[in-house]
This record gives sequence, structure tokens and C-alpha cells, in this order.
Amino acid sequence: MEADYAALKRGGFMRQVQKNRFSLRLKVVGGNLTAEQIETVARVARAFGKGYVHLTSRQGVEIPFIRLEDVNAVQEALRAGGVDTGVCGPRVRTVTACQGASVCPSGCIETSALAMEISARYYGRSLPHKFKFGVTGCQNNCLKAEENDVGVKGAYIVRWIKEDCTLCGVCLKACRENALSERDGEIVLDAARCTYCGRCAKSCPTGAWRGESAYLLSFGGMFGNRIAKGRAVLPAFAEKERLFRVTDAALDFFDANAREGERFRAAIERGGWSLFENKVTEAYNGEI
Amino acid sequence: MEKYENLPAADAALDITDAVCPITFVRAKAALEEMEAGAVLALRMNDGEPVQNVPRSVKEEGHRILKLADNEDGTYTLFVRKVEEA
Ligand code: HEM
Ligand code: SF4
Ligand code: SF4
Ligand code: SF4
Repeated sequence: MEADYAALKRGGFMRQVQKNRFSLRLKVVGGNLTAEQIETVARVARAFGKGYVHLTSRQGVEIPFIRLEDVNAVQEALRAGGVDTGVCGPRVRTVTACQGASVCPSGCIETSALAMEISARYYGRSLPHKFKFGVTGCQNNCLKAEENDVGVKGAYIVRWIKEDCTLCGVCLKACRENALSERDGEIVLDAARCTYCGRCAKSCPTGAWRGESAYLLSFGGMFGNRIAKGRAVLPAFAEKERLFRVTDAALDFFDANAREGERFRAAIERGGWSLFENKVTEAYNGEI
Repeated sequence: MEKYENLPAADAALDITDAVCPITFVRAKAALEEMEAGAVLALRMNDGEPVQNVPRSVKEEGHRILKLADNEDGTYTLFVRKVEEA
């Protein structure tokens, strides 16, 4: 049997050093697997692999040492147990996420739900090169948003409510950016210094800071052969439809402007950041 | 200095300026556990990580923060009213 390696790779089967052995990449969204899925994976690894899994650097799970002749049986067993196989090659890869606001006290946005939405919209979409999304719940950046082609970072757009403030002074020190000061019985926010980290709102004992969940996006990050930090070219914003308008535009830009085999970052740089910024700013403003 | 007026009266005091995070918070938590509900703890801590994080951790434990006073010697005093868990 002549193996179609490209098709296998598309389906998540990575060719190993060992002849006719494949490390099978599974679909994981936002780093979460159910107990049932883990049991399925364990069963398959025991029956068809070598009884272990490998955790990838981006929250992925691979089952190494799958035999070529078992590929179909493995796919079936996984599907029956609620596990999807992953993708490799020039397409949208695993959407990673930290636990975010539904679990982590520092979280400013619900990351797991957002990762699922992003994954449902883009996972596996063919593009000129691989493409990674990462979602991190706040500025602590446990998920390292800027390593990704598109990074989503949770933020709070904060507003001070005078009537609820006891002028206790906690927020003045909780802010690491020195953006806050007290003047004549008012807490004054220096907007130019504010990073939307939300620490003031999280620490205020009376709820006098209202924090509206918001997204801060970064574009063009990568952390492989070449290392580049994703850049934020838009202000923080709260609306999810705006988020998807912008990410749609970013992926369309990549599709339209990249040469075959060119990473997102390289495509942006060749066309110039201002061209890219214009495209996503149009989408941000809803002009498309 | 206006800041020194009207500070809450404290029933107990704890100095955690000799500790680093997370021991700072662990000691504050232990001190609060020893106290009666409604009593006020004056908690002296260093500038930097402790003053950025300890007030929030104390709040998340459910206690009532009254005031963070700047001692203007590189330390701060957090006045906390103990709240008994429901
Ligand atoms: C009020 C007390 C505490 C302070 C001020 C504090 C402060 C911090 C800070 C600033 C970080 C770095 C986070 C970042 O990446 O920006 C950190 C990380 C960490 N803290 Fe604390 N913390 C406190 C309490 C605790 C407690 C009670 C524990 C556990 C018993 C703990 C365990 C950790 C661990 C394991 C990390 C490393 C997380 C990682 O990077 O993987 N901390 N802490
Ligand atoms: S990035 Fe923020 S929300 Fe996510 S795990 Fe880290 S501290 Fe929590
Ligand atoms: S959101 Fe963060 S940076 Fe902005 S004022 Fe609050 S604590 Fe400071
Ligand atoms: S932490 Fe809250 S109550 Fe205290 S000064 Fe700031 S806004 Fe006012």
C-alpha cells in the first residue's frame, strides 16, 4: 500500500522516524479534555500505540507509534469516544487558551468559550501557511498570546464610580502602571498609562471600579525558526462581533496577500504593516 | 498630613514587612483567623509586590478593607475588618 502522506498529515498523522509509524495529533480546544475523552485516548494509546501520549507545546495531545494499517480503526475508535483528530500543515491549528475568568480569579474574559467559538469558525481552514490562535484571560499572559499569529488577551476597560468609592487607597497601589492618583477626593485615571489590566477593579473592596470585559489583539507572532512578537495595532474593545470581523479580515488578508508557504508575519511585513493595519482598522470600524 | 487623620481604630496589629509573597498573605490570613468577627487588623506591609497583591487577596478572602495608609517610609498599613464566613 502506497501511503498518501499529505492526506495523512492533513488528518493529523505525523510521520515518525520509525518506518510506517505515525504520531497522531488530536483535536484539543482551549486545553480542555473531558474525562471521557481522556479515557478514550488512554484506551487507543494502549491498544494501538505504545501506551503513552505526548503533550505538545501548544496544549495538543499526540498518540505516538500508530501503525499505518491501524489508521482507520484508530480514527473510528476515537470518534466513537468523542475525540476528534487534529490537523497539521498549512491551516488553522489548535486554538489554545488559559482557563480564564470562569476559573481564574485574575481572568478578565471567558477564554474557554471563546476558544471554542474561534475553533468552530476557523479550525482546519486552509491558508498559505500554518496559523495559530491563542487566548489568554488577562495581562498575566499565562497563555503567551503574542507567540501566536493572532493572540487574544483579556482586558478590562475600567470606569470609576465616585459614589461607591471610600477613598481607601488600595487601587492606587494595586495599579502597576502608576496610572491612578487621588486628587481632591477623586481617583484620577491617566488613560495614556492604563494597560486595561483590571487590577484596580479586581482589588477594589467596594466595587467602585466597573470593569467591562474587552479584547486586546496581537498579530503576526511566531515562535519557531524565526521568533517575532505579535503586535497590537488596535485599541481594546468589548464587542465579540467586532472581534470576529477583525479576525475574518486578518485571515482574508493572509489568504489574499501571502505567497505560498509564507507565514502571516512575513506576509504582513512584505506588504508593510500600514497596509495590514488599514485592513484590520476598516474591519474594526465596520467599514467592510 | 491629611492622610494620617481619621484612620480606623485597630484591635490588633501585624507586621509582615519581613516576609515575601506568598508568606505575607499566609500570615495575614492566619492572624485574621485568630480574631473575632468585626475586629480590625492593622497590617503593615512593604511597598511593591505586597501592597500590590495582599489587599486584593484579603478582599478575595471575604474581609472588609477599610483603608490603605501610606506610612511614607516604604511601608503601608492596611486596615481590615474581619468578616466571618457565612
Ligand atoms: C498575597 C500573596 C501573594 C503574592 C503577592 C503573590 C505574588 C505573585 C506574583 C506577582 C506572581 C507572578 C505572576 C506573574 O506571572 O505575573 C506569582 C506567581 C506564583 N505564585 Fe504567588 N502570590 C501570592 C500568593 C501565593 C500563594 C498563597 C501561593 C501558593 C501557595 C502562590 C503560588 C504562586 C506560584 C506557584 C506562582 C508561579 C505561577 C507560574 O508562573 O506558573 N502565590 N505570585
Ligand atoms: S492569563 Fe490571567 S486569566 Fe489566564 S490563567 Fe493567567 S492569570 Fe488567569
Ligand atoms: S486597568 Fe490596570 S493599568 Fe488601568 S488603571 Fe486599572 S490597574 Fe491601572
Ligand atoms: S480601591 Fe475602590 S474604594 Fe478604594 S480608593 Fe480605589 S476606587 Fe476607591
